[in-house]
Amino acid sequence: MQKRLLVKGNEAVAMGAIEAGCRYYFGYPITPQSDIPEYISREFPNVGGVFIQAESEIASINMLLGASACGARAMTSSSSPGISLKQEGISYMAGSELPGLIVNICRSGPGLGGIDASQADYFQAVKGGGHGGYHIIVLAPDSVQEMYDLTMLAFDLSDRYRVPAMLLGDSVIGQMKEALTPHPYISPGDLPAKDWAVSGKDGRPQRVVKSLFLGDGELEEHNWKLHRKYQELKDKEVRYEASDLDDAQLVVTAFGSTARIAKTAIRMAREEGLKVGLLRPISLFPFPEKAFLETTSKVKRVLCVELNTGQMVEDVRLSVARDADVFFYGRPPGAGSLPTPEELLAQIRKHYKD
Amino acid sequence: MNYDVFMAGFGGQGILLIGNLLAYAGIIEGRNVSYFPAYGVEKRGGAATCTVVVSDDEVGSPVIGNPGAALILNPLSMEKYFSRVRPGGLCIINSSLVEDAGDGRDDIQVVRIPINDMALELGDPRLLNMITIGAYAELSGAVSLDSLKGALKDVLPKRNHRFIPMNVEAIDRGAAYAREAAGRAA
Repeated sequence: MQKRLLVKGNEAVAMGAIEAGCRYYFGYPITPQSDIPEYISREFPNVGGVFIQAESEIASINMLLGASACGARAMTSSSSPGISLKQEGISYMAGSELPGLIVNICRSGPGLGGIDASQADYFQAVKGGGHGGYHIIVLAPDSVQEMYDLTMLAFDLSDRYRVPAMLLGDSVIGQMKEALTPHPYISPGDLPAKDWAVSGKDGRPQRVVKSLFLGDGELEEHNWKLHRKYQELKDKEVRYEASDLDDAQLVVTAFGSTARIAKTAIRMAREEGLKVGLLRPISLFPFPEKAFLETTSKVKRVLCVELNTGQMVEDVRLSVARDADVFFYGRPPGAGSLPTPEELLAQIRKHYKD
Repeated sequence: MNYDVFMAGFGGQGILLIGNLLAYAGIIEGRNVSYFPAYGVEKRGGAATCTVVVSDDEVGSPVIGNPGAALILNPLSMEKYFSRVRPGGLCIINSSLVEDAGDGRDDIQVVRIPINDMALELGDPRLLNMITIGAYAELSGAVSLDSLKGALKDVLPKRNHRFIPMNVEAIDRGAAYAREAAGRAA
């Protein structure tokens, strides 16, 4: 058995990326994610990787675009204001159908905000943060082990669909330490060859990577093609965790760090005899729409908890059965404003009905 | 069993180090653990806090509102966190710095230990954190003293491994004092 290590969430992302064969990192430091570039800059020389601390976030996302266009497995990481700066590049990557990993260990906003844990970048992440109507794959880990595992998965999904992928966390999940069992990366055998990469022409037909489509009807067709990929993601790549739903009268939903707090609150509620279950979206895009519809065909009360004033709850409301009630409890970010399990238990009691 | 403990004091008292140590001791015992440091805009001499959970089951929340135990190393932490300890819980107070006797509550076990003075007796004021965590392990049973000591090589950088024997002594000293203090109170 592999040794269990005490590892910080951010470091688990870096370890997972290196294990998954990522050898290009471009970024610019920002709290609370700087452990990622710190770890990678220390370890990359040992594996022949290229680490560049760019002059800005904008430069680093465009370096990611370039490395990806050449067919390399590559990544960047930042935190909310830095991710805003990267949005133009992400839009260009989406338009050019380029894979790549973008890690957002969120801080609070809007504007400069603060450095406290926040889930206020949900809309930006799942609705296409830049211009032009696109989506990226968004995965939300809730443990250090998932920081490692989902980093690998994000690379694979991104390569398979040629859609940029984002890992969305916050300072709780990034800074906490837990036991991690590192395991070797196993590449899915059926990942398509990168037969579009601009790898040097050398006699073969020319390849062009671009997001500019000026020909008659060309751009419309391109947009429909992207749309079909997003539909395919919704059909095939939804991930979520469900527990204690069989007899549940109330289902709690939350993602990332908030889901961890909710799990303890649910355990406390069960000890009081309240039948409460959990539905935790792991893929935020594609969102587990069907899981919510199926769950709420039986459980008619849903409590959504987020570290913001209400974002994922909109997708929950769009997904549930029409006769289900969706309640929301939000704690917008700020110093000392993490909800406690006891606080969420009070919300569960408030909305619970036998 | 599930143990959650909140530790609070000044930056520089080594709180985060013993939080890591406790978590690693849990890993050595094959348990599930989480270590969550307070993350904010902090400076030297400012507040340092962390929460550690050691559990035989899956660890749920790394954030705890009313911890089962608190290790309070300075007066400000006493003011802020003493009232939060869960009824039936344990509170270890650094009586070298905290004047408040902690007699305001009879629903928890309060153990006062002159931690700074004991560290000075051992020859290095920086050993106060090890005395604290030794006392906590002894009174709570969250992890064994052997696991704590065994975890020192995991959390200390190699260059500091030569200090392990004095840290081991401090852990033992804290445990012994706690055992005696708890016996007196009972």
